[in-house]
Amino acid sequence: MTFLQNLLNATRRLLGIAWVLLAPFCIYLIVSNALKAFDKADKAIAAAASDTAKAAAEAAKTNTMLQWGIIIIIFLPIAIGLVIFGKYAMAGEYNTTLAAKNKTA
Amino acid sequence: MKDSQSSIWRVISASSVGTLIEWYDFYIFGSLATIISKQFFPANAGTSALLSTLAIFAAGFIVRPFGALVFGRLGDIVGRKYTFLLTLILMGGSTFAIGLVPGYASIGFAAPLIVLALRLIQGLALGGEYGGAATYVAEHSPENKRGFYTSWIQTTASLGLVISLIVIMVVRENLGPEKFADYGWRIPFLISAILVIISVYIRMRMKESPLFSKLKSEGKTSSNPLKESFSHKLNLKMVLLALFGATMGQGVIWYTGQFYAQSFIENTCKINFDDSRWIVLVAILFATPFFIFFGWLSDKAGRKWIMLTGMLLGVVTYMPIYKSFLDNTNVAEIAKTSAVKTSSTPVTNTAADNNIAVTTTTQTIMLDNGFGYKQTISDTTSLDAAGQPPHTRTTYTEKKLPPGTYWWFVFLVFVQVLYVTMVYGPIAAFLVELFPTRIRYTSMSLPYHIGNGVFGGLVPFLSTLIITYSGSQLAGLWYPIIVAAVCFIIGALYLSARHAADVMNNEKIYL
Repeated sequence: MTFLQNLLNATRRLLGIAWVLLAPFCIYLIVSNALKAFDKADKAIAAAASDTAKAAAEAAKTNTMLQWGIIIIIFLPIAIGLVIFGKYAMAGEYNTTLAAKNKTA
Repeated sequence: MKDSQSSIWRVISASSVGTLIEWYDFYIFGSLATIISKQFFPANAGTSALLSTLAIFAAGFIVRPFGALVFGRLGDIVGRKYTFLLTLILMGGSTFAIGLVPGYASIGFAAPLIVLALRLIQGLALGGEYGGAATYVAEHSPENKRGFYTSWIQTTASLGLVISLIVIMVVRENLGPEKFADYGWRIPFLISAILVIISVYIRMRMKESPLFSKLKSEGKTSSNPLKESFSHKLNLKMVLLALFGATMGQGVIWYTGQFYAQSFIENTCKINFDDSRWIVLVAILFATPFFIFFGWLSDKAGRKWIMLTGMLLGVVTYMPIYKSFLDNTNVAEIAKTSAVKTSSTPVTNTAADNNIAVTTTTQTIMLDNGFGYKQTISDTTSLDAAGQPPHTRTTYTEKKLPPGTYWWFVFLVFVQVLYVTMVYGPIAAFLVELFPTRIRYTSMSLPYHIGNGVFGGLVPFLSTLIITYSGSQLAGLWYPIIVAAVCFIIGALYLSARHAADVMNNEKIYL
């Protein structure tokens, strides 16, 4: 194993920490944006001047909740996947090994 | 030799035509979304508007990856041929049925419910189709031409989009906008049946993949591909690597280059309806041969760096490309350098609502340099003495570009689709070579559909959201740029440039 390969392996392991941390950060961003969107929808309902406008604002809120609900549900397992990926990277599972190099060479 | 050559082309054409039809079926719903929503999901009927959102969101984001799991499992147990025959029939059947469903006015709440169910079947079928077609072709291909042969499958997504747009435009042109909105929109859905029958006939005559047949005859097929794919560390780590190091970035580059570009020039730059579509169509048609080129090149130079270069180019050039779109349609600046050549007689309308009177003056203007636009000046005054002060707003829509700028836009979209061909051309061969035959269909389908359906499919939604919060028209690009940049880093560090020597024996794969 050359110095460069060792350096690459060390970088792969080290960046594993970044991937583990990136996942909860992304979920935080998604959830906080969802909460902002719900808040905005609530304000639109409160500001509605007529019954028609209120009904439209309520329908918009339900749609907003549905869209964000789907996004959160679908991104949660992906974020868990990113944590697992990071853990594998930290454990050196993606490192180039001498055996693998010989096998593919 | 000649026999095996003609046999592989039969395999490619049977697989590609079917996949092309599936993409066509999937896109016509999206392209006709506005008309469909009026027919089936009237906005003033609360629950039906809710179902409309579900039809658009759930079909793409939840059902596609779920279809990848359902049909991937089936394909690894029963076989590739019968599984992607089933997905084709499901897709064609549900598309044809959408064309027959009576509108909300006739059957009420049942209409959106039926359409939602059919749309979910479409998403499910699409989730199962791609993995089957790519696997089927790859398992027939010699090792040194796998990238080239599978790249034909890769052209189908773009061509499916092009054909769906052309069919819609031709039908609309022949019937006229009113008849098209009334019943003509059903024709593109009904045409699907003819295409599917032809494709099913062709696919029925094909044999099972030789690698899968061998595995089956030896009794080595997987009894539980889902468990093997996602609970065995060796495979799971490759599924994760495929997602975060390849398909995630590929998905956002694909959707930005082909969908976001069209949406941006139509809705943000306000180019007229026909021009915005033709710009994208021409660019896609010019770029499509490059899917084959980069697939072929990946056999010679490896898959990894071609795909990653496409991602990096997107990361680096999206901002200047989209800034050029904005600069070249900025009426205030363009009007400073060119005099008015012709202008129509201004048309003025006044409307009052909720104590606010709005007077709009509309005029079509053509400049000396060939740039044309529709100018609308809105004067808003409050009829209530305590109301808001009057204000004037000028908007420019239906812009027509001079020929030089038009072709510059075609070039800029072409460049983006070229990035798409770099990331997408080699990816089928790349994914196929990452997983062993017994669980290939399942293992490759899931990262592909999460990358494309979720990361790619969310480009319009998340980009619009970012624009709303930031106020900058270019801010929406940060979503694809960041996702592609993270994917580039992961791909560059963790993927190997070597591609597997033998697709049958690649269990130790890529490190």
